[in-house]
Amino acid sequence: MKRMNRSNKVLLGSVMLLAAVGMTGCGSSGSGGNGQVIVYNWGEYIDPETIEMFEEETGIEVVYDEFETNEIMYPKVESGAASYDVVCPSDYMISKMIEGDMLAEINFENIPNAKKNIGAQYFEQAKGFDPENKYSVPYCWGTVGILYNKTMVEEPITSWAQLWDEKYADNILMQDSVRDAFMVAEKLHGFSMNTTDPQELEIAKNSLIDQKPLVQAYVIDQVRDKMIGGEAAIGVIYSGEAIYTQRENPDLEYVIPEEGTNVWIDSWVILKDAPNKENAEKFIDFMCRGDVAVKNFEYITYSTPNDAARELIEDDDIRNSEIAFPDLSKYDNLETFVYLGEEGDALYNELWKEVKSN
Amino acid sequence: MISRRKWLSAPYTLWSVVFILIPLCMIFYYGLTDKTGAFTLENITAIATAEHAKALRLSILLSLISTLICFLLAYPLAMILANMKVSQHSFIILIFILPMWMNFLLRTLAWQTLLEKSGVINSILTFLHLPNINIINTPYAIILGMVYNFLPFMVLPLYNALSKIDENVINAARDLGADNIHTFFRIILPLSVPGIISGISMVFVPALTTFVISSLLGGSKILLIGNVIDQEFTQASNWHLGSGLSIVLMIFIILNMIASAVFDKEGEGSML
Amino acid sequence: MRNALKKFYIALIFLFLYAPIATLMVLSFNASKTRAKWGGFTFKWYVQLVHNDDILRALGNTLLIALLSSVIATVIGTIACIAMNTMKKRTRTIMMGITNIPMLNADIVTGISLMLLFISFGLRFGMGTILLSHITFNIPYVILSVMPRMKQLNPSVYEAALDLGAPPVTAFFKVVFPDLTPGILSGFLMAFTMSLDDFIITHFTKGAGVDTLSTKIYTEVRKGIKPEMYALSTIIFVAVLVLLLLVNAAPDKKEGKTRV
Repeated sequence: MKRMNRSNKVLLGSVMLLAAVGMTGCGSSGSGGNGQVIVYNWGEYIDPETIEMFEEETGIEVVYDEFETNEIMYPKVESGAASYDVVCPSDYMISKMIEGDMLAEINFENIPNAKKNIGAQYFEQAKGFDPENKYSVPYCWGTVGILYNKTMVEEPITSWAQLWDEKYADNILMQDSVRDAFMVAEKLHGFSMNTTDPQELEIAKNSLIDQKPLVQAYVIDQVRDKMIGGEAAIGVIYSGEAIYTQRENPDLEYVIPEEGTNVWIDSWVILKDAPNKENAEKFIDFMCRGDVAVKNFEYITYSTPNDAARELIEDDDIRNSEIAFPDLSKYDNLETFVYLGEEGDALYNELWKEVKSN
Repeated sequence: MISRRKWLSAPYTLWSVVFILIPLCMIFYYGLTDKTGAFTLENITAIATAEHAKALRLSILLSLISTLICFLLAYPLAMILANMKVSQHSFIILIFILPMWMNFLLRTLAWQTLLEKSGVINSILTFLHLPNINIINTPYAIILGMVYNFLPFMVLPLYNALSKIDENVINAARDLGADNIHTFFRIILPLSVPGIISGISMVFVPALTTFVISSLLGGSKILLIGNVIDQEFTQASNWHLGSGLSIVLMIFIILNMIASAVFDKEGEGSML
Repeated sequence: MRNALKKFYIALIFLFLYAPIATLMVLSFNASKTRAKWGGFTFKWYVQLVHNDDILRALGNTLLIALLSSVIATVIGTIACIAMNTMKKRTRTIMMGITNIPMLNADIVTGISLMLLFISFGLRFGMGTILLSHITFNIPYVILSVMPRMKQLNPSVYEAALDLGAPPVTAFFKVVFPDLTPGILSGFLMAFTMSLDDFIITHFTKGAGVDTLSTKIYTEVRKGIKPEMYALSTIIFVAVLVLLLLVNAAPDKKEGKTRV
């Protein structure tokens, strides 16, 4: 070790110091008196203050974990690698989990706030993936639509068909996920977005291939930043992002295309093997409280199905915003994704690969 | 001496059996079965379908180009660094590693900010009245991302190998009348072969399976084999096909093994 | 002239390597939350960072895991190199092939297969499982950095030391080890770096509530990367850089002559 020179020593020393600093940060978070509840949610999908409020009021410790996509969440939950209590998957994933017998029936008597505060229309919409409303409590919802930059288009955008307009070549951002991309093409042709008819899918696929030369990029989360920065004129985006992007760039406008679109719902579910079912119910009930839901809405800006929370929104523009709270009864061509079964999924993925490699 | 050293291989052998080979067996299990659990070769032969073969070809092409560029950039650099009489090589090493201490995703997003149509580089070019570059969402941007990300992996092994070359050997060659070019090709290059091989495997192998770079900088318009495998796992939930395609990629490990065995001859003799 | 050319070349490479870093640093002072727009200069992300326990805890986990896993991987990897060097050529080739596997496999494949492995062992998911998997993917980087130096070693030096009566361990540490140091050091640093950066494997092998910076950053992607992360990266970067420059600026007395 003699030849180990000084900068090596300092280097090692500094690394160890950093680690020591880190370790002191680790040992905190003492356990509450009333057990715990293990929550698995999307990243940045809750106001951290509401978790603290819950812990203080109930004495239940919340172990909070985050995932990035439904598909990354699924194997983790299915394998039982970490035993979660409450999870917040999206619609089609919930129907997949119901089919896989992974969810516990929810006792709504223990969650009085759910039926009291959450609008009946959302439970109605949720029947698409949870037919008897037995397994899930809606948490956030929204639509998928087109975000466009008023200064970069010649006429208002109203239809999916405009995503095929050569005028906007290299100015279009499409969603980089199988179901969302196919949804656009299927709606364009008036098909159901849950279709598994090979002929319809073939048509949708060919449309997507035709569109590909016009597409600047297939993106998921960068739509937001790229649209704000004026990189593209038109982008397919989730309504929850629309309010935020408009705030950053007033030239942007969000529209639900006339051909109809996807209404998505992310709902709380309790896992069948949940070790702390009672606490899980308490947690969901707490999140359904109006004052809590409004805090979450203001933090994440995705539409809340909680009517009591909506009443509490102070900003009139937001409370009555057509983007955050569109009147669903105005549209008759909205749908919610359902799980298509293994074969359906495989077919979609096969076709998507053909689009991507073309 | 050899027998005494034999037990030294025990920890790593044990480790690689438990944490590399057993998981590998699981991949083989998934790759060689279908959803019902029956044996099948379908997931392996799936590489021959048009989309997969194209994705693989593109991946190989892009990673070869990136590896070559990395090598051409890194070799002169490593030589300059090795010849500098710096007392502290850890400083040099660190200066190349340091950028990587910023999260990979953040750095790749930063490249997006730099390269975009209205990005930083183009704003500067416009300000200077120069023509803009438009490589974002093209294969060139993917290559740039690969080179950026993997360059340190090429520089360090080369630097390691070059700085170990005994100066006396080079001086001897010079004394015996060899010119610079001769010294380079007859002495320096052959002696740095172990570093070159390490560098190539450390760049080519990860570049072959990357998918984040192609989706962030390539606009997801170019499907690489890494994207296919990732999609099978994270979007299609088809672990069988994903594993099957991963097994196919192991061919490149075998090729790598052959390559290093071929180039490894001289070192071998002196060791035993 | 030649020297100027060399310096210019190094400068170019540095510009290439550090341009995105500079971008991130600038973004950490951006008042607007999006990377696409400059909203004015602010320090608020730094202030918020200090008060964000989640991020600080994740930082702690990250550093702890990175340090432990890279130290252990360096020890195992270096020993493996010494052992492999004396092996028969064929065995060594096979060992090197196995070593390449974790590097070649897509992270998700490694992640899921390790998750399945830990489940079949009945391990509790948490720091321990993360550590085991990080060591696994770190070892190859150590081996690939140490091996080239190992192959260039002159075995007669070691044998000479033995002939002169040094016990093997002493002979190793006095004669072989110093020559390996640069390789070991760069292997250690690479392992440390890879561990800092990993997301997918960590995700599949971690337990609930244990986060690292990478898992935090990746899960933030859907709602937008928080500028606090830029701020934190900037702090880490500047801290290490300043430390490094200080060390190098100080006059080097005793060890200055060491030939690299």
